[in-house]
Amino acid sequence: MTPVIGVLALQGDFAEHTAMLRGLGTESREVRVPRDLEGLDGLVIPGGESTTIGKLLEMYALLEPVRDLGASGFPIWGTCAGLILLAKDVGKPQPLLGLMDMTVERNAFGRQIASFETDLDIDGLPGGAFHAVFIRAPIVGSVGDAVDVLARLDDGRIVAVRQGNLLGTAFHPELTADARLHRLFVDMARAA
Amino acid sequence: MEKNTLTVKRGLAQMLKGGVIMDVVTAEQAKIAEDAGAAAVMALERVPADIRAHGGVARMADPEKIVEIQAAVTIPVMAKCRIGHFVEAELLQALGVDYVDESEVLTPADEAHHVDKHGFDVPFVCGCRNIGEALRRIGEGAAMIRTKGEAGTGDVVEAVRHMRTVMGDLRRLTTMREDELATFAKDVQAPLDLVASVAREGRLPVVNFAAGGVATPADAALMMRLGADGVFVGSGIFKSSDPAIRAKAVVEATTHYQDAGIIATASRGLGEPMTGIARDTLAPEELLATRGW
Repeated sequence: MTPVIGVLALQGDFAEHTAMLRGLGTESREVRVPRDLEGLDGLVIPGGESTTIGKLLEMYALLEPVRDLGASGFPIWGTCAGLILLAKDVGKPQPLLGLMDMTVERNAFGRQIASFETDLDIDGLPGGAFHAVFIRAPIVGSVGDAVDVLARLDDGRIVAVRQGNLLGTAFHPELTADARLHRLFVDMARAA
Repeated sequence: MEKNTLTVKRGLAQMLKGGVIMDVVTAEQAKIAEDAGAAAVMALERVPADIRAHGGVARMADPEKIVEIQAAVTIPVMAKCRIGHFVEAELLQALGVDYVDESEVLTPADEAHHVDKHGFDVPFVCGCRNIGEALRRIGEGAAMIRTKGEAGTGDVVEAVRHMRTVMGDLRRLTTMREDELATFAKDVQAPLDLVASVAREGRLPVVNFAAGGVATPADAALMMRLGADGVFVGSGIFKSSDPAIRAKAVVEATTHYQDAGIIATASRGLGEPMTGIARDTLAPEELLATRGW
């Protein structure tokens, strides 16, 4: 069975994710309203502005159904803004899914001129270092027991996490040609 | 660790796609824009409609205002510098703005030269009317493009003309033979390597937003339907009767640009749009889009 992966398409670089997922032979659909969630095997929340995406999730009644899906074992992967939306607490009042037991600090590196690229070792990902692109990126602060840390920067700060069916990365695999994390997520969707 | 790479510069624009970037002149306006769901704000001294109305020299915004705007919101803050005014651009970079718009809306500082944008850490967005102008700016280092439209008019006709021109040029390029590309590059005065790569990829190497004349949610959706990656709204929000409500409706229309039912609902009860000036009633010297080359 070819898995059907939704990509939340309210704002951000959703087209980069759908292109990458289609390149892996999966069917990928844009999700803008609740009925678009029907028949999906997994959902990617792309990079973008978390405040914008959060407001549109709330406005179009997507926050509850996506939260319910995530709580019931449905695979969700958040990149950058998506990671922020998955967090329980970001220290500011904004609409969140709150599915992952972690705190996230937004714009943790400062403004755009502090954005960077670097190589990361990602736990359990074969094939060597992963070239990661960080743009006005968040970092994960503290994590609960249920959260596995998959990658850290050299200074120890957490930038990739997994909690069962939920995956979060502070960087943007969709901006590179490396599809290994997309493949990992498709495998999660297949197994769920 | 590498900073300020093309990937990182172009990448921020990719994160803004499907979003609305709103012109603001104060921290209060920036907060209204963020609360309405803007993906970023553009700080400037006066919105284009006021530049038209009051005349005089339009310059970069007061640094004090930019700092206040940065403190008021968590979304990216962009700011405009005058065409060719590389010192204004350096100031904006020193202030930590997330993107610099080298903009024809301000009074040009140099009639022959645009800023050499490769030399900067901060990424730049520039205006264009056609693919030649877009590729010249990208050649100079622009990490994002916007079609110019005619700012401060509330008349979408020029934005449509420019977007149709760019998208039409893109489609034509993809059907050309190799030997036709060099002539095309010469005709549109664009670097051949960029022309060849666009022909191969079938798209610009950077994100392209629409700008200049968007005043209603339907205008924003129209630009998205014509191929824009997102929308800049200048005077259209804060020169309308109820900016907060209109801003939110433009955000909704930009996301749901393919769904007329949603746009119709979002467009109800917005109050008065900005008054506007028909683009065709402007004298040639009043046009902003013809600034830059």
